[in-house]
Amino acid sequence: MVRGVTNLVFCGVGGQGVLLASEVAAQVALEAGLDVKKSEVHGMAQRGGSVFSHVRFGERVYSPVIPLGEGHMLVAFEELEALRYAPYLSNQARVMVNTLRVNPITVLSGEATYPRDPVGMLRSRFLHVEAVDALALAVEAGSPRAVNSVMLGLLSRYLPFDPRLWLSVLEARVPARAREINVRAFGLGRELFS
Amino acid sequence: MKVLLSGDEAIARGAWEEGVKVASAYPGTPSTEILEALATMPGVYAQWSPNEKVALEVGIGASMAGVRVLVAMKHVGLNVAADPFMTLSYTGVGGGLVVVSADDPALYSSQNEQDNRHYARMAKVPMLEPSDSEECKRLMGEAYTISETFDTPVLFRITTRIAHGKGVVEVGERREVPSRGLKLDPAKWVMLPNFARDRHPLVEERLERLVSYGESLPDNRMEMREPQLGFITSGVAYQYVREAFPQASVLKLTLTYPLPRDKILEFASRVKRLFVVEELDPFLEEQVRALGLDVVGKRVFPRVGELSPELVRAGVDKDYRPTWISFSPIPPRPPTLCPGCPHRGVFVVLKRLKATVFGDIGCYTLGALPPLSTLHSCICMGAGVGMVHGADKAGEGGRKVAVIGDSTFYHSGITGLADIVYNDGVSTVVIMDNGTTAMTGKQGHPGTGVALQGRGRRIPLESLVKGLGVERVRVVDPYHLGTMEEVLKEEMEAREPSVVITRRPCTLITPGPIGTCRVDQELCIGCGICVKVGCIALAMVEEGGEKKARIAEHLCYGCGVCAQVCPKEAIGEVENG
Ligand SMILES: Cc1ncc(C[n+]2csc(CCOP(=O)(O)OP(=O)(O)O)c2C)c(N)n1
Repeated sequence: MVRGVTNLVFCGVGGQGVLLASEVAAQVALEAGLDVKKSEVHGMAQRGGSVFSHVRFGERVYSPVIPLGEGHMLVAFEELEALRYAPYLSNQARVMVNTLRVNPITVLSGEATYPRDPVGMLRSRFLHVEAVDALALAVEAGSPRAVNSVMLGLLSRYLPFDPRLWLSVLEARVPARAREINVRAFGLGRELFS
Repeated sequence: MKVLLSGDEAIARGAWEEGVKVASAYPGTPSTEILEALATMPGVYAQWSPNEKVALEVGIGASMAGVRVLVAMKHVGLNVAADPFMTLSYTGVGGGLVVVSADDPALYSSQNEQDNRHYARMAKVPMLEPSDSEECKRLMGEAYTISETFDTPVLFRITTRIAHGKGVVEVGERREVPSRGLKLDPAKWVMLPNFARDRHPLVEERLERLVSYGESLPDNRMEMREPQLGFITSGVAYQYVREAFPQASVLKLTLTYPLPRDKILEFASRVKRLFVVEELDPFLEEQVRALGLDVVGKRVFPRVGELSPELVRAGVDKDYRPTWISFSPIPPRPPTLCPGCPHRGVFVVLKRLKATVFGDIGCYTLGALPPLSTLHSCICMGAGVGMVHGADKAGEGGRKVAVIGDSTFYHSGITGLADIVYNDGVSTVVIMDNGTTAMTGKQGHPGTGVALQGRGRRIPLESLVKGLGVERVRVVDPYHLGTMEEVLKEEMEAREPSVVITRRPCTLITPGPIGTCRVDQELCIGCGICVKVGCIALAMVEEGGEKKARIAEHLCYGCGVCAQVCPKEAIGEVENG
């Protein structure tokens, strides 16, 4: 990884929990003793708009924004959004995409069309693409709201942090009553493709 | 302890550790989270003011009374507060006073991308610019020291990347700073011409002393590495320079007004090629040039939008061709009014009435986008109210209204309405009262009576507008399109000032659903009229060669606006069960 800095891109649609997921990843890196920077945008973008977050960690991080073409991993909560943020990724990047399609208003009103096969498009350009029905796994874990824990579980497989650290950070970030479900969802995500 | 904080949170933490006792603001992206964080910290009185001018005046009063004060606003907020700000430079402070201006290069959530560094120069006030969260916190100490040592307000300028970016911050304890007490001193605080005339030379002298201070300030830092390439930079651009050219020498400026002239000249003499890297205007560049130095800046770096590591690299190295993978076309995903948003029905009706809509700023500005496309101007907070009256006086005879949110009305719509009444206007102002400041994340305002740290007192909207002399005041439910249409038509025709309050709480306050609607596939003729209300719960779905409307029930709020526009009455409420 470039000069010891790891670059993660999270993306999705406003309201999906993208920022919470990126928050957990950043906190894990911090507690692992690394320098961390994170960049995202609040406000107008969240009214059902496209949402992203960059998380960078390593010995010393300068730019809070990932330079184009230098992202190592993409955690996408929605298929179209995965395509949108591809420019931030290196062609060696690992793409983890939740197989969910949320039509933007431009598609609903007929101005634009949703691409027919976003996952196929990703596969044509990236070597490592993992398409996951995170919603089904979240429901299996006990709640459709645990999608982000499934995605974090999957991501955790490819990062050099102790799973116990992930779980302790995750538990601290979710409400007490949802803890068990999220821990289960994280586990389901982590076991994928193993 | 090390924690991960956004720039906004780090500023709040820094202010708290520096013993700030009073903080005031009006919300505005990307500055809002500063006061939200400060409000939770012990020993601080924090409030939302109706607008930024008042916020700053509250801050000045508290400073005059002797305590340390923080006032925060987004960049355009300082336009509103510019009047007190300019003269505050003359009076100076009692307790330390820091004004945070959060600029928004790239306009993530703003109506322009003005560069507020010019305010420091215009007001002759020192300006600090942090380049990450760690500096946001640490430089608060510097800011209060400068403010109290030099008897001046300090402009603390951040940008969206700094405000909403996060980084590692070492947090410490709070230091109680005793009040300096109220000192009545007319020559300092009463800016009559005679007194102000004597203050102006002091302001000029202060600037000169600040130049010397900046020369020895460790945070105006010369980082000598390889001498071939030198950069003068500040703020987040510093991080981009370090990312793009880790081996280059850098003069990292933190006190960016007034500039340390000798340090700049010395740095220039020690490098071969000199670049100035800054977002937006050539603020540093022009001053560096005025020192007689030959630098490259806006000739190769853009004046618009944000910078990035790639843009910095590309500006310096003409042969740099970054590569990345991109897909196209990708349908845009603009923000939209939420399902159940009470603003939607107002636009549906105004569209039907073919009214010209003088708009304003808030969630409802989204009414300008397709498919609603029913908001025809947006300049600044409060502007629509003055504009509808102006258009009327210009002889524009068609149907027209101003639409303004409740928070925006208290911020700066009141004076516009007074103008309509006073000047014998006939315009109609629609106040979209959703009981909150939705755009920036549900803050209270005077119409709600909910204050930042708890209870406040409510100023009811109806009595306020009646008190301004408006006799025709109607309140309607924006979910009832028929009534709203009748009322709006009548009020636009009335030859006197009128106010229509469309009242329904924001769905962020009352998260539904209050019901669920469904399209009867038998009755639907696929005309597509319903999807023109612009709701993400509704789509035209093709099945067996036929296109029909369908509602995604998990997204539906149950407002029934789509049902009311359906010509075939094909949309109905699903029975509970
Ligand atoms: C001078 C200034 N201050 C702050 C803002 C940020 N801002 C934009 S709209 C808005 C308030 C919106 O609230 P309201 O008028 O109630 O409309 P709503 O979003 O609730 O529909 C704010 C704070 C701004 N654009 N300009």
